[in-house]
Amino acid sequence: MASLAEQRAERRTIRNGWLLSLPALIILIVAAAGPLLIIVIYSFLTPGSYGNVVWEFSWDAWVGVLYSRDIFDGTYKLADAHLSIFWRSVKLALLTTMFCFVVGFPTAWFIATRTPRARTALLFLITIPFWTNLLIRTFAINQIIRNEGVLNTALLYLGVIDEPLVIIYSDFAVFLGMTYVYLPLMVLPLFAAIDRFDMRLLEASYDLYATRWQVLRRIIVPIVKPGIIAGSILVFIPALGAYVTPRILGGGRNMMIGNFIELQFGQGRNWPLGAALSVTLLVIVGAALMLYVRASMRTTNNG
Amino acid sequence: MADTRFSVSRLPGFSTIAVGVFIILYLPILMLVIYSFNGGNSIAVWEGFSLQWYPKAWNNEQVRDVTMRSLTIASAAALISTTVALMAALGTTRRKQTKGQTFVYLMINQPLMVPEIVTAVALLIVFAAIKVATGYQGLGYLILAHSAFCIPFAYLPIRARLEGMDLTLETAAGDLYATPWQTFRHVTLPIVMPGAIAGLMLAFVTSLDDVIITLFVKSAGQDTLPTYMLAQIRRSVSAEVNAISTLLLVLTVILLTGFFLLTRKRT
Repeated sequence: MASLAEQRAERRTIRNGWLLSLPALIILIVAAAGPLLIIVIYSFLTPGSYGNVVWEFSWDAWVGVLYSRDIFDGTYKLADAHLSIFWRSVKLALLTTMFCFVVGFPTAWFIATRTPRARTALLFLITIPFWTNLLIRTFAINQIIRNEGVLNTALLYLGVIDEPLVIIYSDFAVFLGMTYVYLPLMVLPLFAAIDRFDMRLLEASYDLYATRWQVLRRIIVPIVKPGIIAGSILVFIPALGAYVTPRILGGGRNMMIGNFIELQFGQGRNWPLGAALSVTLLVIVGAALMLYVRASMRTTNNG
Repeated sequence: MADTRFSVSRLPGFSTIAVGVFIILYLPILMLVIYSFNGGNSIAVWEGFSLQWYPKAWNNEQVRDVTMRSLTIASAAALISTTVALMAALGTTRRKQTKGQTFVYLMINQPLMVPEIVTAVALLIVFAAIKVATGYQGLGYLILAHSAFCIPFAYLPIRARLEGMDLTLETAAGDLYATPWQTFRHVTLPIVMPGAIAGLMLAFVTSLDDVIITLFVKSAGQDTLPTYMLAQIRRSVSAEVNAISTLLLVLTVILLTGFFLLTRKRT
């Protein structure tokens, strides 16, 4: 009898758990997860003349992701403009992730090897930019690198250059801005991983005549790998879907997928194509997340 | 030579890079703040110290209007998301893990995994249809959208707090004939409170910073501070934007310091 009462009590806690989670779930389904299903449907519809859609089934949006139709003979060919936008997005997101790692790893290592008091202070210093409005930080970079910005004014004044350096409104400017904006996302998980690293392993390695390079490659990197993967994912996903940074630093011509999607809902008036592009982006992000889950499972199994 | 561990963990060049990173992280923000006190309108040429941009921004009716709207949305979204996140945290922590809970975790963290532009577009589609169907154009859409993506930020500190809580306290209250509500009100809630306030702050900051989702969900004339600033940056550069940015920055730092003090592990 006792077990029956226990079972009943357990069922009650499970039911209460659901009831308590329900309001959050409703908000999330209505205003976050549910609409994602609707964009899948919209990607198979026909664009309306003034935006929105006509409820007629069509593959055109999905064909339009990669191909464009010749207006004169109706043949399909690869849309170079679309491909260059995809290529730019992937390239910039990867470059940003790699460069964030290259400078983020030493930074995280530096923070983790300080005294506890200094460590707390430095972590706080990394967290502030992380929570500061992305728009403000991108705007700050804009003010530094624009043609009449602080950097050019200073260099001209010092006589280093005769003409302002044209950095802004280029792929390089977007890369610079994204690295600046997303760097804290790399440093924080790296720090968490390095913080758990047992420094005695280093003593052991040096006792066994390992060089610093060997220690870094063979001891440190394999052990903090989960942090490296987590940081890379955290930087790669927002960088791939970036909208604000390419808009402010890339100008009109250096679009990334995010800006291209927005265009379809604005001047482009092709909602189905915009929806198909969104689903494409979602699939790429999903694939990256799967890789992350698999990689982190493998490392935990080995460790 | 005194501390051998220090020299062992030192890797050549790392400290230099780290110091460089900290400088580069703060230099652009610092320049932005400095030029908000510029006498002229330039964002590069210093024309003497002046406070003119702050009253100018304040006297700009549009700035006041969008600031009020941002604060209204952020307060409402922070309150709603923290309340439902607190309930969800009570429902998901401190019990045996079930399959259903993985689903709840996944849903709660979903806004962190999906690129914001995709959610924004999806909400545009859904809310456009609802706007046509109901004729309602108010702030409700923005508050609902903001509440959704603020939930994970409100949930995390609350869950952390609950997981560190001693479960026997609730059992003890029950043994002393407290009703479930009394137990919650007088035992659980006071313990969770720092986590809930921390969650409230993070949700507020997150809502206040949002650009993309707001841009797609807002109806005409519903600009918030960030979307207003985005339009300003595009149009012309004026030190007024620097002044607004500086104020937002100060607000963020104050809220973060509060969060930091609340969640700090007592030593």
